[in-house]
Amino acid sequence: MEKELLFAQSHEWVRYINESEAYIGLSSYAIKQLGDIVYVNIDAENVDVNDLLGDIESVKAVSDFYSPLKGSISQINEDVIDSPQLINEDPENTWICKITNISDSKKLMKKDEYEKLFEA
Amino acid sequence: MIRKTPLYEEHVRLNAKMVEFANFLLPIRYSSIVDEHLAVREGVGIFDVSHMGEIIVEGNNAIAFLNKLISNNIEKIKSSRIKYSLFISERGTIIDDFLIYCISDTKLLLVVNAINKDKDLNWLNDNKEDGISIIDKSLNYAQIAIQGPKSKEIMLALTSENNLPIKYYSFIEKALIINHQVLISKTGYTGEEGYEIYAKDNAIKDIFNTLISLGATPCGLGSRDTLRLEASMPLYGYEMNEDISPLDTALEHFCDNNKPNFIGKSNVYDKGLTRIGLINLDKGIIRENMEVLYKDKIIGKTTSGTYLPYLKASYAMAIIDKEYSKEETILDVKIRNRFVKAQVVALPFYKRKK
Repeated sequence: MEKELLFAQSHEWVRYINESEAYIGLSSYAIKQLGDIVYVNIDAENVDVNDLLGDIESVKAVSDFYSPLKGSISQINEDVIDSPQLINEDPENTWICKITNISDSKKLMKKDEYEKLFEA
Repeated sequence: MIRKTPLYEEHVRLNAKMVEFANFLLPIRYSSIVDEHLAVREGVGIFDVSHMGEIIVEGNNAIAFLNKLISNNIEKIKSSRIKYSLFISERGTIIDDFLIYCISDTKLLLVVNAINKDKDLNWLNDNKEDGISIIDKSLNYAQIAIQGPKSKEIMLALTSENNLPIKYYSFIEKALIINHQVLISKTGYTGEEGYEIYAKDNAIKDIFNTLISLGATPCGLGSRDTLRLEASMPLYGYEMNEDISPLDTALEHFCDNNKPNFIGKSNVYDKGLTRIGLINLDKGIIRENMEVLYKDKIIGKTTSGTYLPYLKASYAMAIIDKEYSKEETILDVKIRNRFVKAQVVALPFYKRKK
């Protein structure tokens, strides 16, 4: 996973492996807002951009997790399912699921551009 | 109007995430709710609870007067002791829950929920008798809670043993902490040993900052809620409201049936409901207001629920039909669009080792 992370304004990150495959996760900013993650549920197979992938639950609340890509979910990070707090420890190096057959994407931006949007 | 507590600047300095609660800006967390929760279970945490309302009931017949308005019995309350009680509406439902501090035979301090303070003041004034004065002292008191197995140890760095109340639910009206005169009680809302301190703004600020410099973990409303839920303490607005009677929510223990009367008593009767504990046996987190079912039949609703950091599982409290309240009964809970299995477990979920 050498390629750089790209971010959607809705806080998901995408790390392309090649043109049709990518890992996705949630930005450090989003995780900081959510607080302790205690449950991750991925419940989708083929998704369009903005389709629901599943839920991310923190101690305080449940959040929907939407897909930044159109494609098929080919792998879920079982380590994250077993130990959701891994996401808190290192959000931008902890992928949640892998999407293949990518045929469309949300508008994605580089990290500095994304972070500028949410500067206090 | 949104108010700041006297500790607002300290919260900002400590990088707290602030939220609005009962018209106050309060910290929801400084670091992580889980870390703050565990600090209280294993060490010592400190909470700003300055939003709580303080009401003085004073007069020659203060005890007898208040006793007519509350569900519990304070006829024999002694000075420096505290009792938990409820105001019950004419309909037999819960107006508020609060602590009564007996300062003397003629002076009582009520510590009430911030969201209900004005309602409580109205209720007291509507039922007021000659010779009784009701005074809102909320602006005179800032309040902090020091909670956890190491709370006594850390307090002894600021004061001597004789300034700390010994018995649970007792208090010292004029204790000396650092060089401040404060009211200190052995009370709390976390299920751990601990103290609550009531004092003027500058005293509270000094004690708060000193305790933090000595290693107490600042804790926000987030962990206050997970701690009280783990200790299965009811919270107004969740386990109690003006549609819930004390028996519906398993607070019969705080209704004295031997008392000849109290307002609302005749309408406090068994409706076949009770409050239970549930542990989620499936995936996901059970939260408040989720339907509880037994074989497709809705038998109640959860009142509070989340992932409990010390017990490390999804737990909830629920008000349900008593018939299904036996421990180990397996029920279904509807989490958004799916169902999970949950088992009835005894309350409290967590009880500290003594």
